[in-house]
Amino acid sequence: MTTTYSVTAPVPKKPSRPFENLFSRQSLPLPAIIFMIVVTQIPLILTLRYSLERWNLLRPERRAFIWFNNYVNILQDQDFWTIILNTLVLTLSVVVITLILGMLLALLLNREFPGRNIVRTMLITPFLIMPTVSAVLWKNVLFNPAFGLLAAIYAMLGLPRPDFLADAPMASVITVIVWQWTPFMMLILLAGLQSLDAEQMEASQIDGAGRATQFRYIVLPHLQRYIEIAVLMETLFILSVFGEIFVTTTGGPGIQTTNLSFGIYQEAFSRWNIGSASAMGIYAIILANIVVLLFVRVLRRGRHEGVTA
Amino acid sequence: MLRSMLVLVVLLFLVGGTLVSAQDPVELTIATVNNPDMVVMESFTEVFEAAYPNISLNWVILPENELRATVTTDVATGSSTFDIVTVGMFEAPIWAQNGWIHSVDDLAAQYPDNVQADYGFDDLLPGVKLGLSYENELYALPFYGESSMLFYNKAMFAEAGLEMPEQPTWDQVREFACALHDPDNGRYGIALRGLPGWGEIMAPLTTVVNTYGGRWFDENWEPQLNSPEWNAAVSFYVNLINECGQPGATGTGFTEALTLMAQGQAAMWVDATVAAGFLSNPEQSQIVDDLGFAPAPVGPVAKGNHWLWAWSLAIPSTTTHVAEALQFATWATSRDYIELVGTTNGWATIPPGTRVSTYERAEYLEAAPFAPVVLGLMESADPTDSTRDPVPYVGVQFVGIPEFQGIGTDVSQLIAEALAGDNTVEAALERANEITREAMEEAGYYDG
Repeated sequence: MTTTYSVTAPVPKKPSRPFENLFSRQSLPLPAIIFMIVVTQIPLILTLRYSLERWNLLRPERRAFIWFNNYVNILQDQDFWTIILNTLVLTLSVVVITLILGMLLALLLNREFPGRNIVRTMLITPFLIMPTVSAVLWKNVLFNPAFGLLAAIYAMLGLPRPDFLADAPMASVITVIVWQWTPFMMLILLAGLQSLDAEQMEASQIDGAGRATQFRYIVLPHLQRYIEIAVLMETLFILSVFGEIFVTTTGGPGIQTTNLSFGIYQEAFSRWNIGSASAMGIYAIILANIVVLLFVRVLRRGRHEGVTA
Repeated sequence: MLRSMLVLVVLLFLVGGTLVSAQDPVELTIATVNNPDMVVMESFTEVFEAAYPNISLNWVILPENELRATVTTDVATGSSTFDIVTVGMFEAPIWAQNGWIHSVDDLAAQYPDNVQADYGFDDLLPGVKLGLSYENELYALPFYGESSMLFYNKAMFAEAGLEMPEQPTWDQVREFACALHDPDNGRYGIALRGLPGWGEIMAPLTTVVNTYGGRWFDENWEPQLNSPEWNAAVSFYVNLINECGQPGATGTGFTEALTLMAQGQAAMWVDATVAAGFLSNPEQSQIVDDLGFAPAPVGPVAKGNHWLWAWSLAIPSTTTHVAEALQFATWATSRDYIELVGTTNGWATIPPGTRVSTYERAEYLEAAPFAPVVLGLMESADPTDSTRDPVPYVGVQFVGIPEFQGIGTDVSQLIAEALAGDNTVEAALERANEITREAMEEAGYYDG
């Protein structure tokens, strides 16, 4: 086979061979793949390397390779577990509350009523404001006990002026983030509702299904995929929320509102411990994976039950 | 034809390039903090460039926390792009020890022509100079300096028939605060920092601890945070704010307290002396005519009750324009610069707290009625002697070791928890002592 080939066209084919391999269709995405590896994996590898070092930026002379000591020390630190718990409480509450609120608002906006477009625009606005800006607004205009709006309302009602950020720090932070993220849930669920088949709804009505039954057996199963994607994305974002905490409570009082992102920031830029901050970063990646896997499992199981029922 | 044109073009570029670079001044990149005094410095860029045409200035102006993060990571990793960095009294000796910044004394001896004429190193306030030195060599030039003092609202004091003594004690301050406290009408007896952070609540609180006889560490670096003195000082501070101070304690930093004082909502405030300038400026303050000053209150021990701080210019060892950097640093911290700001913007706005001669100028003393009190405080603050018992560290309101930034922040978080009522002072300090010891052990202080 090869011999006949070389006899018919011996000269022009040979030099082009290596180029042909290099530029074959399969290898065209190669530059993109290499670029992706460079920008995503090299930082990760560097983080892994730093996490095995004792490296305090301000003490360069004590820098040393210490294997997994950082990882072990972090696990033995009781504050780390508080921070993990804070992160989970914060993420779970925000996701659940925004899911419920977003669902209610989406159902509302799915109906025809005068001024619907204006209401929809106003409801989306919180999501368009930058996190730090909305946090500054909440902290000073609403929560401030001396000159904030909420304190003024309390004072008008003859109640003592509350200091929300000190008295209920976690609830306050959750409120700020929920205010910001509800529109996100609402938008995705609304898109789902609008793709719902009207004939199907009509048919179920004829079969005698009430509103609650319709919602349970038609709307919810239809929205399953939308809920799944919205919850997944929001979880990833809320797990690493930082600006709102940095601005409103700086993780306090104590470490009551410190989540993993803020904890890592403090480890790196207030204690200057690059080594253990990197190790915490690796734990954060592991945590994010576990949480997302769990969420997906729960939602998938929900879908199967929905199908069999 | 084409080839010869190409050659010509290349030649033109080469000639042009060398011509341009011959005229090009050396560009200095300066990292500084976005305080009003630094912004004024930036506004004089053209004046400096006109006087020194061989140097041009490129500014990077950041908020305090970001400046610290950016500059520290840059300098520590040796990848610094800055020719001049702004550092505080806390950083200067530590960075000097790590060899990250040049000794100014060395540079001045090496490049005498690049030191601003008539600079007067002896004119710098001795305490400030001491705080910026390491092993008797000066490592940073002070741009402005501050101590802490007591501000009070004279109108409120007159109304209640109270009189501020020449040197108030903390017990007297507490009495005044509780007498004037009227939260229902939006008036608070005293405003004090409660915001967590080593540069926020820990600064005034450490001065209270000093004057109550406490210290951060004993001579063997054993933390003393669970001592009776710390307990007394922190309990006093926490109770004072909670009973007769501003609401929202844990969210109150310098800026928030300044707002309360300037709007006439607080009767007293103990904080940085630079605030005197803001409070006497009619554009920012409603209490210009009622503003009273006194030295920072004292407790049982008559030292360490007021702090010492100076934002200063230092030259990183990574810079390749050492001589030019020295030229700018000595220009911006010289008597000539103070004169320039005074005559252009008014004498009340000059950067204070760096030079003895500033406080001898009639124009400044007239424009700044608080100047004599500030000078007294700046001269008596001694970073090497601010506690009753001996300590192994330098610094009044901070501990001059690299670990302090982390320790101070963590301890402040625990104290904020006590301030918010979620924990007792005793338990907070017990835990603070524990984590401090852990941090010190990890840093190798007990290795022997």
